[in-house]
Amino acid sequence: MTNQSEKTASEKLKIGWFSFSCCEDNTVVLTEIMNDHWQEWKKLFDFRHARVLRSKNILDELDIAFIEGAIASKKHEAQLKEIRSKSKKLVAVGACAVVGMPAGQRNMFNEEQKKEAEFLIARFAALPKVLKVSEVVKVDAEVGGCPMEPAVFLKAVTAFVAELKRQMPPDADTADGM
Amino acid sequence: MHTFDLTMDRLTKVEGSASLELRVKNNKVEHVHFKITEFKRFFTQALQGKPIIALPQLLSRICGTCSNAHLLCSIEASEHALGIEPTDQTKLLRVLTMYGLNIRDHALHLYLFAMPDIVGKDAFLDFDENDEFEHQMLHDGFEIKAAGNFLATLIAGRSVHAIYPAIGGFNHFPDEAGIAEAVKKLESARPAVLRLVEVFKNNPFHFDRKTNFTALVPTNGLYGFIDGCIMTGSGECLPESHYDAFLERIVLPYSQASAYTHEGEAYMVGALARMNLAKERLHPKTKDACAAVLDLFPSTDIFRSNLAQAIEILHSLDHAIDILKHTRISAEPIIKKAPRDAVGVGVVEAPRGTLYHKYWLRKDGIVEKGEIVVPTGQNQINIEEDIHKLVNDLLPDASKDEIGYEIEKLIRAYDPCMSCAAHFLRVKWLSS
Repeated sequence: MTNQSEKTASEKLKIGWFSFSCCEDNTVVLTEIMNDHWQEWKKLFDFRHARVLRSKNILDELDIAFIEGAIASKKHEAQLKEIRSKSKKLVAVGACAVVGMPAGQRNMFNEEQKKEAEFLIARFAALPKVLKVSEVVKVDAEVGGCPMEPAVFLKAVTAFVAELKRQMPPDADTADGM
Repeated sequence: MHTFDLTMDRLTKVEGSASLELRVKNNKVEHVHFKITEFKRFFTQALQGKPIIALPQLLSRICGTCSNAHLLCSIEASEHALGIEPTDQTKLLRVLTMYGLNIRDHALHLYLFAMPDIVGKDAFLDFDENDEFEHQMLHDGFEIKAAGNFLATLIAGRSVHAIYPAIGGFNHFPDEAGIAEAVKKLESARPAVLRLVEVFKNNPFHFDRKTNFTALVPTNGLYGFIDGCIMTGSGECLPESHYDAFLERIVLPYSQASAYTHEGEAYMVGALARMNLAKERLHPKTKDACAAVLDLFPSTDIFRSNLAQAIEILHSLDHAIDILKHTRISAEPIIKKAPRDAVGVGVVEAPRGTLYHKYWLRKDGIVEKGEIVVPTGQNQINIEEDIHKLVNDLLPDASKDEIGYEIEKLIRAYDPCMSCAAHFLRVKWLSS
């Protein structure tokens, strides 16, 4: 990598995309939104933590962290808190992250169903109750839907990009966003 | 002598969450645990007591990427339970829905997950716009995905958790302008698909191990993803309703997903299995364009599965163009039937392989219970056996890092989907 490209990379907005307990429908929608926006995003975003997109992921200081999925274990809780502590903005995307459903449908099981599920919840150290993201950390924006609606997602992202770019040094990347 | 443990916490560029634990003692693999670590969302429990009409939309939420395959499988199982025979137009619209899914989903896997390994980059978005090949692939990848997405959205309402397909038919129909636009986009993407086939024909990665292949194979007509019998590769072809006669469920205590064998042996489902068992049924234009490539099948090289996916994109595109150009689509009412005490089975080929839904319906319209068997669960033991051989072949020369990379590449070739695999609580086989 050249010095110039390093400089360019450092000026991009640092993005993290994280999936917890869900069907990852929002990840698929994200990759479909990319069909129309990939050229702008390539200039504007540094997807430095997105396991679906790359192998070498870095969790340091993020500008925007997107969270899909509900929180199903203590480990999930700890990971989410770490992401929050390293992110300027945190956006919950999709129904499982925003309302905890349908990933958390076991929260509403009857006694018999709960009894059947019990041993698996214990075996894999799952939380007794599945949580939505805002029950664990502060959320700056929510994009609901199952899956998320692309236009609503783009609106939320555009607002944060404008806000964050105002805080960037004057010689930073001048891409216009989405 | 090498003795070590290798733990890969979370595999990347795959759908969902999986990890791997490998133990090597004196240059020999002692065990391989391919662990699906997605937390269970208990869909087979949640469907109990629900009205049958609610099931297709609920169960499409098992998986984001294969959602439309779950949706159509659920509709098929529901219609079989209710005794509904869909119209010919409905069948065609479902075929188109599956083509939209396969174009979009295979392209996602081939460009965003698999191709970076071939090019030696970490991510597809890291491809260099100033490099002629990488520039072309970037534009091709997003064009093909967009064409598949457009087709799925036109026919089914959305490419993820589609809203138009329903039990008994469709509740919305494409207009002429939309159909013309879809044909234009699909035709425009065809040269890109031909380049994709070429890239994966020349894939430098290979891994061969003899195994068994299973797929739903059409009994007449073209290569497809919805109808047929279940071919196990040993000459038998079982009717869809008999699927549970050949699956044996295996509990892997370290994995959130169930695994399966057939007659005590691992088997593989997915694009490679389909191509091995049904390549002669591909669309004539696809066969013409891929004549030399098709000679590579049947194959036991798992990396040929990526080539099979590229060919399936071409077939989906060629057949979709044919249907859209030669079919007049008009509004039809949804077929409805009163519920009854019955068992319904649905079987489709999801992008990653054979998918089964089975429901026990009561005459009050409530589903008493259900079973769902997904492709990645069926491939789980085959993946472990492949890794076992791969690592033994790499020892003693390869470093731990090299072994880790080769394992991840091999798993990625399966295009596994962990969201699907960890959906359920248990499967208890019962005769219908």
